[in-house]
Amino acid sequence: MNALLEIENLSVALPRGADRALALDGVSLTLQAGEILCVVGESGSGKTMTANAAMRLLPLGVGVAGGTIRFEGRDILALPEAEMRQLRGRRIAMVFQEPMTALNPLRPIGDQIGEMFRTHTGLGRAEIDARILGLLDEVRIPDPRSAARAYPHELSGGQRQRAMIAMALALEPTVLIADEPTTALDVTTQAQILHLIRELQRKKGTAVLFITHDFGVVGEIADRVAVMQSGRLVETDSVAEVLDRPKHAYTRMLLAAVPPLEAPPARTVSAEAVLSIDRVSKTYVTRGSGLRKRSTLALDNVTLSLPKGSTLGIVGESGSGKSTLAKCLVRLIAPDAGAIRMSDVDLAHLSRREAKRATARIQMVFQDPYGSLNPRRRAGELVAQGPIAHGLAPEEARARAKKLFALVGLDPTATDRYPHEFSGGQRQRIGLARALALEPEILVADEPVSSLDVSVQAQVLELLAQLRARLGLSMVFITHDLRVAAQICDRVAVMKDGRVMEEGLAADVFSAPRHAYTQALIEAIPRRRQPLH
Amino acid sequence: MLGFWRLYARSPSAVMGLVLLLLVIGMALTAGLLFPKNPLALAGPPLLWPFQDAQLWLGTDNSGRDIAAQIFHGARISLLIGLAAMALAITIGILLGALAGFYGGIADDILMRITEAFQTLPNFLLLLMLVAVFGSTLTTVTIAIGLVSWQAPARLTRAEFLSLRTREFVQAGRTIGLGDATLIFREILPNALPPVIVYASVVMAVAILLESALAFLNLSDPNVASWGNLIGLGRGVLRTAWYVSAIPGVAILITVLAVSLVGQGLNDALNPRLRGR
Amino acid sequence: MRVLALVGRRLLSSVPTLFIILVGLFLLLQLAPGDTVDALVAQMGGGDQKLTQELRRFYGLDAPVAVQLGRYLWRLVQLDLGYSAIYGKPVASVILERLPATLLLMGSALSLAFSAGIALGVLAARRVNRWPDTLISTLGLVFYATPSFWFGLMGIVVFAIKLAWLPPGGFETVGAGYAGLARVLDIARYLVLPTLTLALIFLAIYLRIMRASMLEVLTLDFVRTARAKGVTEQAVIVRHVLRNALLPVVTLIGLQAGTMLGGSVVVESVFALPGLGRLAYESVVQRDLNTLLGIVFVSALLVIAVNFIVDLLYARLDPRIA
Repeated sequence: MNALLEIENLSVALPRGADRALALDGVSLTLQAGEILCVVGESGSGKTMTANAAMRLLPLGVGVAGGTIRFEGRDILALPEAEMRQLRGRRIAMVFQEPMTALNPLRPIGDQIGEMFRTHTGLGRAEIDARILGLLDEVRIPDPRSAARAYPHELSGGQRQRAMIAMALALEPTVLIADEPTTALDVTTQAQILHLIRELQRKKGTAVLFITHDFGVVGEIADRVAVMQSGRLVETDSVAEVLDRPKHAYTRMLLAAVPPLEAPPARTVSAEAVLSIDRVSKTYVTRGSGLRKRSTLALDNVTLSLPKGSTLGIVGESGSGKSTLAKCLVRLIAPDAGAIRMSDVDLAHLSRREAKRATARIQMVFQDPYGSLNPRRRAGELVAQGPIAHGLAPEEARARAKKLFALVGLDPTATDRYPHEFSGGQRQRIGLARALALEPEILVADEPVSSLDVSVQAQVLELLAQLRARLGLSMVFITHDLRVAAQICDRVAVMKDGRVMEEGLAADVFSAPRHAYTQALIEAIPRRRQPLH
Repeated sequence: MLGFWRLYARSPSAVMGLVLLLLVIGMALTAGLLFPKNPLALAGPPLLWPFQDAQLWLGTDNSGRDIAAQIFHGARISLLIGLAAMALAITIGILLGALAGFYGGIADDILMRITEAFQTLPNFLLLLMLVAVFGSTLTTVTIAIGLVSWQAPARLTRAEFLSLRTREFVQAGRTIGLGDATLIFREILPNALPPVIVYASVVMAVAILLESALAFLNLSDPNVASWGNLIGLGRGVLRTAWYVSAIPGVAILITVLAVSLVGQGLNDALNPRLRGR
Repeated sequence: MRVLALVGRRLLSSVPTLFIILVGLFLLLQLAPGDTVDALVAQMGGGDQKLTQELRRFYGLDAPVAVQLGRYLWRLVQLDLGYSAIYGKPVASVILERLPATLLLMGSALSLAFSAGIALGVLAARRVNRWPDTLISTLGLVFYATPSFWFGLMGIVVFAIKLAWLPPGGFETVGAGYAGLARVLDIARYLVLPTLTLALIFLAIYLRIMRASMLEVLTLDFVRTARAKGVTEQAVIVRHVLRNALLPVVTLIGLQAGTMLGGSVVVESVFALPGLGRLAYESVVQRDLNTLLGIVFVSALLVIAVNFIVDLLYARLDPRIA
C-alpha cells in the first residue's frame, strides 16, 4: 500500500504564554491511499493542529519545531509557499467544522466553488459553471442551479456542508482532510453527511483524514484509527483492533465513557406527577424584511408529565422546541397557551411575587459552562446569590454554598476563585450547585453535558445520578443526544417541530420505537454497522 | 492590579501617551505656582516673539498678555472641561443605554428615535444653539458639550446590554430570583463597562476639541485663558505673528493625542487577547 | 424590489425624527434671551417700545408659542421656510445661495477621507505591526488629535502666506469672470485647503476603523477556507477580505454625516467660504430664528439623504440584509 501522507515525529510549538509548550509532541501518522483514517481525541488533544500542519496552515505564532511531513513522497515542510499553494485545494483539500462561518457570507456558493477552478485551472467560464452544477449534483444538493446562485445564509446547515464537500472535491484531490465536519450538525443530518463522505470516498478513491471526538463516528466510517491525547499519539491501529481490543488506558477510558445505546433496566418510580405540562403552545413572531411578519410555532400543544422522583428526557434536534419548553418551565419565557402545573400551582399564570416563591422550587442548569457563570463574580457568590435574593442571611448563604461545593465534588475552599480558574466540567458543577442552592424539587437540565468532553460528560452524568438519588430530585433532562438520554432518563419524550412525537419508558423507546421519526433518529446515531470491518 | 499595569506598559505608544498626559496634568497643576498672576492680565509689549525675553519665553499675544501663562492656565480649563463633559455624557449614555438595551421594546424604540434625532442634527449646530440660548460661561459650555456627546456611549452601552442580556449567566440570575435592578447594575453592567470606559477617552478628546472650536468662534467663555480663545485671537495677526495661533494648537494636539493614546492603551490592556491589532 | 421597500420604510421613519428635531429646537430657541426683533432693533441702533411691538406683530412673534410652532410647521409642509429678517430675503433663497459651496466642500472632503482612509487602512493592515503600519497609525492618531480650524490656519500660514501657492480664503477669484473649465479649476484651487482641513479627522477615523476591520476579518473562518483552497494571499485580500471589511466603514459614513456638516461650520469660517455652515453661525449670533431652523431642516434632509445612499450601498454589498 502506498502511503500518501507521512507525518513523522512532528512537533509543533505554541507561542510563549500558552498552557503548554508543544501543541504536538513527536506525532507520527501515515495515511494510505484509499482509506479513511480517523484521528480521535478530546479538546486540546492536538488533532486539529495536525490537520493544520498537514496543510501548512498553522496559526500565527505557532511553528513546526521538529519532524517531517511527506506528501506523495515530497517533504512539504521544505516547499516554498508558492508550490505549497498549488498543492492546497488541488491535491490536498480540507473541509471545516462550521459551515456557516467557513463560507464567505457575501459571495454565492457557486462563485466560491468556482474559485477552486479559477485558481488552479485555466478552464473557461462555461466549463466551470457546468462542473459546479455537476459537483452540486454529486453531493445531492436539491436544485443545484439555484443552490449555485444562493448565498450561504440561504442554505441549511447540512446543505452548506454538502457545498463545502463539493468545493473540496472539485479538483479530485488525493487527500481530503475533514476537521470535525459533522459536529455542528443535527444527528440525522450528520448521518447523511457521513454517508455522503463514505460514498464519495469509495467512488473517487480519495484518502480521508477524518478528525472527530465521537467514537460512534469512528465506528461508522473509519478503516483505521489514531487516538491522540495532549499532543501525543496514544494508539493507532485498525478500527476493529482499537474498538475491540484497546491497548492504551486512555483509549479504554474514552471508549468506556461513550454512552451505550441501550437503556439500563427501568427503575420503579412513583405514580404521582410532580410537574404536568398541559397543552402548552408558544409562537415566536419576528419582523421579516419589509412589513411582513414571520411567525414560527415553537411549541404546539405539548402535553407531558413528570412523575415524582424520576427523570424525564426531552430529546430533539435543533428547532424541535425543546429549549423553548425548558425556558417555559423556569418562567424565562411565558407560553401563549396551556398550563404548567407544579403540584397544584399553575406556573404560567402567577403574579410576580408568587412567581418568585414558586421558581425556587424549580431550578435550571444551563448548557454553556463558559457563558452561564458571570465572569466577574466569585464562584461562591454565584451559588449564594439565589438564597440571598430569597431572604437568607448572607452568612448562612455562604455556608450553604460551601456545603454544596462539597456535594457536587468541588473543593469547598475554592469558593473564593473566579470562574475562569475552573475547567469546563468544574464550571458545570458550579452551575449545578447554584441550581441546588434554593433546594428545588425539580431540576431542569438544558443540555448540561453537550459542551463537555466525553470523559467529563460521563463524570457529570454520574454526579447527576447520585444527586438525584440523594436529594430525591425530579429532573427534566433536555438533550439532542439519545445515547445520553438513555443513560439517565426513566422516561423519554421525542420532539420535532414543536410537537411530541413519542413518549414512553426509556427502555421501550429505545428497543421498540413506534414513531417513524424516533426510528430515524435512532438509526442515525453513528455506530459500528458490522461486527468486523 | 500590577498585572494590569504590566500589560499596559507593553505598548510603547500607551506609555508615551501616559507620559504626555502627565505632562499636561503637570502644567495644569503648576500653573498657579509658575504663573501666579492672572494670565489675562497685561504682561508686556504686544506681539513679542517667543524666545526673545527670558520672562516671556513664549512671547505675548495681540494685547500683550503672557502666552506661556495662558498655555499653562489653559491646561486647567481644557482638562476640566474634558473631564466634566465626559463624565456627564458617559453617565447619561450608560443610564439610557442600559435601560434601553435591557428592556428593549418601547423603551428601546424611544431611545433609538431620540438618538437618531441627535444624530441627524449635526451636533455642532446643536452646540451652537445651546450656547446661544444658555450663554457662554464655563459651566454652560461644559454642560452643553456633555449634552451633545452622550449618543455614542449610549449606543455602545445599549449594544453591550443587548448582547449580554441573552447570555446564560443573566438567564441564570433570573431563574434564581434576582430582580431587574440587581441584574442591570450588579450583573450586566460590570461586564458591559470595559468598552464604554475605553470610549470615555474618545469622548474626552472630542470634548476638548469641541470647546476649543467654540472658543475659536468666540462662543466660549471669554474670561478664561482657554487655548481656543488664543487661537482665535491669533487669527487676526496670522501674517506677522502666526506663533500666537500655532503654540496653543500644538498644546491641544498634544493633549488630545495623549488622551487618545491612553485610551487605546487601556483598551489593549483590558483585552489582551486582541493585542497585535 | 425588496431593497427599495426596506429603504422606503426607513425614509418614512425619518419623518418623526425630523419632527422631534424641529419641534425640540423651536422650543429650545424660545428660551433664548432676545429674539430676531431685538437683534434687528439693535442693528438699527435702538428703537422705542412701540416700534418693537410693531415689528413683533409684523413678524408674528407676538403670538403664543404653540401658535407660532403650528404656523411654522404648516408652512414647512408647504416647503415655505419663511422670511429672514436679517437678510431681508426668503430663507429658502438665502439657503439655496449658500448650499453649493457646502455641498462641494463636503462632497470632496468625504471622497478624499473615504478613499485615502480606506487605502491607508488596508496598507496598514497588510503590514501590521511593521513600520508602514506604525507610521500610518501614528499619522492617523496625530490627524485625529489636530483641531481642524488650527490645521486650516497653519495651512494658510504655510501655503498661502509663506509659499503663496494657494489662496488664503474665499470661494473663487472675485471679479475675474472665469467661466466653464477655467472657473472649475479656479474654484478647485480655492477648495484645496478647506477640503484637506475638513477631511483630516474623518480620514483618521476611517483609517483606524478600516485597519481594525481588516484585521478582524482576517481572523474569520472563511479566510482560512480560502487559503486552504490555495488562493494567493493577494486574491484572498481582494476577493474575500476587502468587501467584508468595508461594511462597518460604510455604516460609519452614514453615522458621521451630521458630524461632517458640523465640521463645515468651522472650516467655512476659517476660509471665509459662502456656505451653510457659516450661515448657521451668523444666524445664531444674530438670533435669526427662521434662517436657523431653515438650515436645520435642510441639513437634516441632507443627512437623511446621505444615510439613504449609504443604506442602498450597504444593501448592495451585503446580501444578508435584503
